[in-house]
Amino acid sequence: MVLIPLFLVIQFVFVQGMHSLNLSFFTELPKPVGEIGGGMKHAILGTIYIVLLGALMAVPIGVTCGVYLSEFRKSKLSKTLRHTVDLMSGIPSIVIGIFAYLMVVVPLKSFSALAGGVALAIIMLPIIIKTSEEILKLVPDHIREAGLALGLPRWKIIFFIILKGSVSNLLTGIILAISRAAGETAPLLFTAFGNMYLSFNMKEPMATLPVQIYTYAISPFKDWQRQAWGGAFILMVLILAMNVFARFVLTKIKDKKGF
Amino acid sequence: MSNEANDEKIILEARNLEAWFGDFQAVKGINVKYNERTINAIIGPSGCGKSTYLRCLNRIHEEIEGTKVHGEVLLEGKNIYDKKIDVVDVRKRIGMVFQKPNPFPSMSILDNVVVGLRLQGINKRSTLLEVAETCLRKAALWEEVKDKLNSLGTSLSGGQQQRLCIARALAINPPVLLMDEPTSALDPIATAKIEELMNELKRDYTVIIVTHNMQQAARISDYTSFFVYGKMIEHGLSSDIFTNPKEKQTEDYISGRFG
Amino acid sequence: MLKLNSKTQDAVLFYALRFISVMVIGLLLFIMFVLFKAAWPSITGNGFAFVFKTEWNPVEDQFGALPFIFGTLVTSFIAVMIATPVSVLVALFISEYLPKEFSRFIALMVEMVAAIPSIVFGLWGIFFLAPLVKGSLAPFLKTYFAFVPIFSGPSFGVGIITAALVLSVMIVPTISSICRSIFELIPQHQKEASYALGSTKFEMIKMAVLSPSLSGISSAVVLGLGRALGETMAVTMLIGNSPVISKSIFSPAATMASVIANEYTDANTPLHVSSLCYLALLLFLITFLSNLFAKSIVKNFSKM
Repeated sequence: MVLIPLFLVIQFVFVQGMHSLNLSFFTELPKPVGEIGGGMKHAILGTIYIVLLGALMAVPIGVTCGVYLSEFRKSKLSKTLRHTVDLMSGIPSIVIGIFAYLMVVVPLKSFSALAGGVALAIIMLPIIIKTSEEILKLVPDHIREAGLALGLPRWKIIFFIILKGSVSNLLTGIILAISRAAGETAPLLFTAFGNMYLSFNMKEPMATLPVQIYTYAISPFKDWQRQAWGGAFILMVLILAMNVFARFVLTKIKDKKGF
Repeated sequence: MSNEANDEKIILEARNLEAWFGDFQAVKGINVKYNERTINAIIGPSGCGKSTYLRCLNRIHEEIEGTKVHGEVLLEGKNIYDKKIDVVDVRKRIGMVFQKPNPFPSMSILDNVVVGLRLQGINKRSTLLEVAETCLRKAALWEEVKDKLNSLGTSLSGGQQQRLCIARALAINPPVLLMDEPTSALDPIATAKIEELMNELKRDYTVIIVTHNMQQAARISDYTSFFVYGKMIEHGLSSDIFTNPKEKQTEDYISGRFG
Repeated sequence: MLKLNSKTQDAVLFYALRFISVMVIGLLLFIMFVLFKAAWPSITGNGFAFVFKTEWNPVEDQFGALPFIFGTLVTSFIAVMIATPVSVLVALFISEYLPKEFSRFIALMVEMVAAIPSIVFGLWGIFFLAPLVKGSLAPFLKTYFAFVPIFSGPSFGVGIITAALVLSVMIVPTISSICRSIFELIPQHQKEASYALGSTKFEMIKMAVLSPSLSGISSAVVLGLGRALGETMAVTMLIGNSPVISKSIFSPAATMASVIANEYTDANTPLHVSSLCYLALLLFLITFLSNLFAKSIVKNFSKM
């Protein structure tokens, strides 16, 4: 009943998306305007590239902060950091886009995949910090004490017992964070910008699925609109698959109470 | 079982030991000496500071934020609270077994036993295996786990897990072993096994055990201390304490009129 | 290797962790600073009057933010007005009426919707919702409620109401999942106490579930509002993008986020760029304040 509009979205995208998919969608680059056919290979790969680039920057910093928050829970800095994280996750993504534009695009004098990566990294960062804090907090205190009682310094306990034991959980949390960032469009509009060919140069504009969908969706060409649906379908399947997988594993972990 | 104490050398001594949680003083002016290769029980009503006291003996109490400790604890004549002493070295010499069995999750049985040594930089496989076998034998667990050393430590039953934790503590070869209600989470059969084990351990180690169970203290210990509200009311041979206590409070407690 | 005692080793780690954490806090401040700096020419040029000027004409260097602020607030408020009752109902339904196993599944599905990228919502809005608004909703409202001024004027499909509808679909998962976690915090015995007074299920929900969670619900709503305020893509695709203030909910408009998305890459006069940054700064502050507000409600709530 009330949920119907929600499922309508999913169903609509699926039906429309399925219609627009074919093999060339994955393997070909866009054709010039007016020609039928072509695909989004460049955008699919571009999305993966930029998302990974963002994750590369955000994950180490995010997990480090997560460790700090879970190991030094009550310090003043922890409280400030928690507030920061909350406020950061509330920044509209378009504002982050402008920030990345000013910090990366302007000095390098070109739209670039790097700028897109920076923008996505800032979007992922608060989510990664939050999830890794929560995951590391699941390690019960008596495990830490057991390590202390063995005469281990804290840093060894953190690295070799807590982090090592939580690797798979942390990965799941990170996937969840990445899946959130993967669908972002707004900050990529004026950072990664997009183009029509395949590129793996960090300093050049790079196409991404969300931006490509946007460009195609507001275009007047029927065939481009069709491809926008195809792109939306792929994007959604990617994100939902990551999400379902991560959530499934995470609830299993939480059900087992701690570990 | 409480036999005549072998009046050998003193291994551990507390002098004017006091401990706080914030403003609350949990341990008040404890003075006591422990002989080598004895079992020493600490009994008293809940919240009487006996666990806190025990946790001062290997300097683990101070790991909780907002706590402090005053006084001295002498291990073989040296004050472990001396500023020049590295706390990690203290804990290597004074092992601890906790109330709830806490094997490291996501580590195999073997890894659980040798993790202390491994993180101290001992990596020779044959040495580690040797130590693991010796300690598991001492913990009376070897026969039960020798065929599944690589399965998870957490896959064992509660009693087995607790013996695994004892083996883990023994692996770094501490002369003193602290036990904080090690059987309170176990069923009677597992408890009997652990008690039996403690009698074996007495040959090589000094055991200080906090217990909630007076019968247990009477069964296994050579000496018993009685704590109320952070104070040590009485300390002496277990045979004396349980049959002929000097203090009225002790008598009330062991006869069930109080606590 | 240098032999350090364990305290020093731990101190090294501690300061490394601290350093990174301070950096992250610094990053937030830095973002604000950079925006502020970029917006400075416009702030000095237009002053605070920027907020009240209605004219936005980059060609003539006229920049006023009011149409966008208006668009942002109106779409977000309409969205919240639609989404709040729906979300509360969804949350109630999930936590009070559905059997446990099934409710977990539905809850998961609702949260999945939150994971759908906004571009997909936008696409759906253009090809599904916009024609629907133009073809059915607008004629219906015009026929029966023509006397209400907000329903005047022609509908082009895209416009305030279309954007607000999509926004409301997008924020339902946010609001309802928070509401649900609040409802689940209510102890069973309070519900039973209410039943014991002879109330029906409906009365029980009113008495034992809804009234104690009011402040929690409002903070969920404010958080949803925060999300709606900053939402860019779906709105940009559906609002029509024209900087006018109109009394009709069918007319096209523009929001702060949508004008940034549309014009930022094409802006070529410095004042234009910095005015867009000024807008971004304002948007940042508005969402910042609404999140802060939501947090303070939660704080008071947990004190109770």
